[in-house]
Amino acid sequence: MYAALWRLLPGPGWARAVQCLVLALVVVAVCFTWVFPAVSPLLPFTDSTVGP
Amino acid sequence: MSLRRVVGWSGELLVTLGVLLLLFAAWQLWWTDVVADRAQTQIVQSLEDEFARGTAAPVGDNGIPAAIGEDGAFAVVRIPRFGVDFARPVIEGTDRPVLALGVGHYVGTAGPGQVGNFAVAGHRTTYGRPFHDVDRLVDGDRVVVETADQVYVYEVTSREIVRPGDVEVIAPVPDDPGTAPTEALLTMTSCHPKFSATERFVVHGRLVETVPRAQWVPSRWLTAATEG
Repeated sequence: MYAALWRLLPGPGWARAVQCLVLALVVVAVCFTWVFPAVSPLLPFTDSTVGP
Repeated sequence: MSLRRVVGWSGELLVTLGVLLLLFAAWQLWWTDVVADRAQTQIVQSLEDEFARGTAAPVGDNGIPAAIGEDGAFAVVRIPRFGVDFARPVIEGTDRPVLALGVGHYVGTAGPGQVGNFAVAGHRTTYGRPFHDVDRLVDGDRVVVETADQVYVYEVTSREIVRPGDVEVIAPVPDDPGTAPTEALLTMTSCHPKFSATERFVVHGRLVETVPRAQWVPSRWLTAATEG
């Protein structure tokens, strides 16, 4: 999977490494901004209210 | 596709999933605190500014302003046991987005200083964890609630651990629903044990003093909590 990605990216080795780093950061940003906040309410770790 | 490739891909997929789970833990346990601490400090600051300038919305008969600002915050709670600088906004409602911004006031319960039960909920962990140390509160500890015109000083009177469905803890007379209240009480709920939703840690208190804002001297009431 990652080998295929590596082959797909253009440029010399260092440029591909930089692109991989950027891609990884994009994934982290997307997760922190949208994915994790959407998933968190489904998990029962942080409920602090009483209610029926 | 050869077996070798299938195994290789699924291995990478599993490693990726593992990394994502670790990332999620980092987000939940660390990043939500970073974001919420910043937001809550800012809300407290702007509330204090409004209180000081006298531009805060006037308080209604129920102890809560009829028109609350965009963030819904209408009071500041200070608990010396949690630190002399501890201050968090009190926001109307107990929905999830509210609790990320501060301490949530159960809709329909009494307002600050009113006869009945001023009931609030706060996170024990994550999202700024305002009630992280709720289990350290002992009888006599002060919980100070500042509003636009008055400052209410409550004292802790009891603690209990209940199930999440035990709504009678926030009844006007806690654990005695149906009885008409005669006293101004306070109830704080948070999750228990930490990082779990199995139970709720509940702290009750009662109003011991009401101080008009003009006569409020923080150093007199917000001294560091002693042993306990």
